[in-house]
Amino acid sequence: MNNSATTQSKIKYLYNNYSIIFIFVIMFILLSIFVPYFFTWRNMLGLALSVVTIGIIANTMMFALGSGDFDLSVSSTVAFSGITAAVVINATGSVILGIVSGILAGGFVGLINGYSIAKLGLNALITTLATQMIFRGMAFILSNGRAVGISKAGFFKLGNSMIFGIPTPIWILIISFIIFGILLNNTVFGKNTLAIGGNTKAAELAGINVNITKIIIFTAQGFMAGFAGVILASRMTSGQPNAAQGLELDVISACVLGGVSLNGGIATISGVIVGVLIMGMISNALNLLNVATFYQYVVRGAVLLIAIYLDILKQRNQ
Amino acid sequence: MEHYLEFKSITKTFPGVRALDKVSFTVKSSSIHGLVGENGAGKSTLLHTLSGALIPNEGKIIINGKAMKFSSTKDALDAGIAVIYQELNLVPEMTVAENLMIGNFPNHSGLVDHKKLRKQAEKQIKRLMEEFNPDTKVKNLSIAQKQMIEIGKALMQDAQIIAFDEPTSSLSDREIKHLFTIIEQLKAEGRAIIYVSHRMEEIFKICDTCTVFRDGKHIETFTDMEKVSHDLLVKKMVGRELNDVYGYESRPAGEVIFSVKNLQGPGVNKPISLKLKAGEVIGIFGLVGAGRTELFKLIYGLEELEKGEIEVQGEKLAIKNPHYSIKNKICLLPEDRKEEGIIGIRSVSENINVSSRRHTLKFNFFLDKDAERKIADKFINELAIKTPSREQLTGNLSGGNQQKVILSRWLSEDIDIFLMDEPTRGIDVGAKYEIYKIMYQLAASGKGIIFISSDLPEVMGVADRIIVMRTGEIVGSLSREAATEEKILSMALPVN
Repeated sequence: MNNSATTQSKIKYLYNNYSIIFIFVIMFILLSIFVPYFFTWRNMLGLALSVVTIGIIANTMMFALGSGDFDLSVSSTVAFSGITAAVVINATGSVILGIVSGILAGGFVGLINGYSIAKLGLNALITTLATQMIFRGMAFILSNGRAVGISKAGFFKLGNSMIFGIPTPIWILIISFIIFGILLNNTVFGKNTLAIGGNTKAAELAGINVNITKIIIFTAQGFMAGFAGVILASRMTSGQPNAAQGLELDVISACVLGGVSLNGGIATISGVIVGVLIMGMISNALNLLNVATFYQYVVRGAVLLIAIYLDILKQRNQ
Repeated sequence: MEHYLEFKSITKTFPGVRALDKVSFTVKSSSIHGLVGENGAGKSTLLHTLSGALIPNEGKIIINGKAMKFSSTKDALDAGIAVIYQELNLVPEMTVAENLMIGNFPNHSGLVDHKKLRKQAEKQIKRLMEEFNPDTKVKNLSIAQKQMIEIGKALMQDAQIIAFDEPTSSLSDREIKHLFTIIEQLKAEGRAIIYVSHRMEEIFKICDTCTVFRDGKHIETFTDMEKVSHDLLVKKMVGRELNDVYGYESRPAGEVIFSVKNLQGPGVNKPISLKLKAGEVIGIFGLVGAGRTELFKLIYGLEELEKGEIEVQGEKLAIKNPHYSIKNKICLLPEDRKEEGIIGIRSVSENINVSSRRHTLKFNFFLDKDAERKIADKFINELAIKTPSREQLTGNLSGGNQQKVILSRWLSEDIDIFLMDEPTRGIDVGAKYEIYKIMYQLAASGKGIIFISSDLPEVMGVADRIIVMRTGEIVGSLSREAATEEKILSMALPVN
């Protein structure tokens, strides 16, 4: 009796927490059957490559949302760090220095966000909206408003080489999912993040250092956005000041699709991975079907609405 | 008197819990019907089915002979039912008048008729014998006044059935008196009143009939309160005899393990000094606003110290935040469990391990999930936390069980000094008794406890020593033997 009750609750738990994975699998099968060329190795790699930027940033966005905050600045961070990397490489001739300074530039944006939100008590939405504008502007200033071509071919390896027949950025994405999955599930930092999102006051009273945790979350977010920006610059062989516009909403959409609660406190890495893949899959399939970009916006928006509605239905069931 | 409202075989189940089990009883009009039972006995769930917030799996609600089917709270409102919850549903930024009339503003094709709005609101305020301005924003009112507005809202809808869920838990004596006058008046107007409370003396004071719940079941309905004794009611509630509610156990006190000297800060006006010995339970009594919670906040590092020293085991501490306090073996059980204690959307296990997991880490970094599960199960067993599993969301537990989860959080840590702010507020008799037991056990094992309570008999029944606070300072300290109600009250009351 007791045993069957726990199995039953386990099944229910699985359903409640992983329903998006079932949806993903069904979508994947349907697209494979009905969309020509979808289920080919070439297209799978293309699909994965197309979600690298969103995916890498979704890792840390998961933490930001999980702690109950937003980060809208990631799109500008991507552009800013890409430009920084390009400028530094051209100035010093050192690829390593360029990569490191690009990533550090991202971390710097994140640190400003984290400090303003945690220590100064500013609203996260407004703060990151402000830094979004500031660093988009910085990207334009640094580049004089033009794409910065990179002279060192060695830099392009980061985004365009292959390891075991799979593009390097995809490996980076996979490794980042593993690292942040472990951080979320198996470390105090991950649990504290969700506790803060669940009830900030209670988390503080339970001895969690809320401010430091938040600063770490946003700084990590900056670093990852910076990293994604450097990879993107490498793939495009240049730093683009208007790169990744609107990216923050794609990242947040992917997280929400993956069941991350906008109120904070609930997040799973499996959900986020699937959310990222669904976003990529939809664009990919629409491209294969030759649907014009304009319509793709409509479809993606509609998918997001449906996902949120499903989420609410699930919560009502609980 | 007629049977106005009838619950017929109401059953409501949640995953793993049968919250209501074939509950049947009737409520008459022109009467006040008390509902008593321990936390988790099913009173709140019953009110939720009445208000349409929950839909019962089985059974019927019959009003005036007509079987009702509520699929939303709106249906229940339309049927003349108003439930006034502990957490009030008012819009803080709107005025009293607007809050009263929300949902049916007087208007001319969409434009609000402010004059009429104000007039109707004024009438309602007068009826409630209150004296506030209808243009005051609700956020500026006291809890008692907000409650009156909730009642006013119910009367605006001309609700014939009004249910109160623990209405007095945060009111002063004077406010309670006022509330009772209003409730009596509602009864005289022929309405059916349902009154849920943990306070036995209130049930005896105003209820005409009283229904006892236990474990989701209807146990008994007493129709003649004259023939019911306090002890009988409590016995029915907990299903066993409770001789001494507090079950005080004396124990030897040891060395001083904790002391504060000349502490001063926000809400604590005059320097406060006190000493706590190992094995000692100190009760702090005082009226609302006496600075008791503020004192705890200072000690725990939630507010900045202006002056003073805090010592644990003879060692001076520079307390700056809760994190630091916990490392130095001080913990706090906050007054507002829901807002400051539990993380409702996370599991029981996570709530228990939230702090102590730092002791079980592998390689100082990775969580030891096995160890955490074991710790959760251990405390669920030891403290008899009623939950279907350790994975249950803590927000779904009853108040008493939530408090036990928070206690487990600190029992699994390495804590010597327990600060407990109203540890039994809103908790039923049976669970209170269990919490006292845990407090005595903690003290007997050499820990020190300081607790705040507004319940004078509780302070006198549980504490070894009683400290009385008034307007931000300590005004007296009494041993258990020397304490009398008169002495304590005379110290606690403001001097005019």
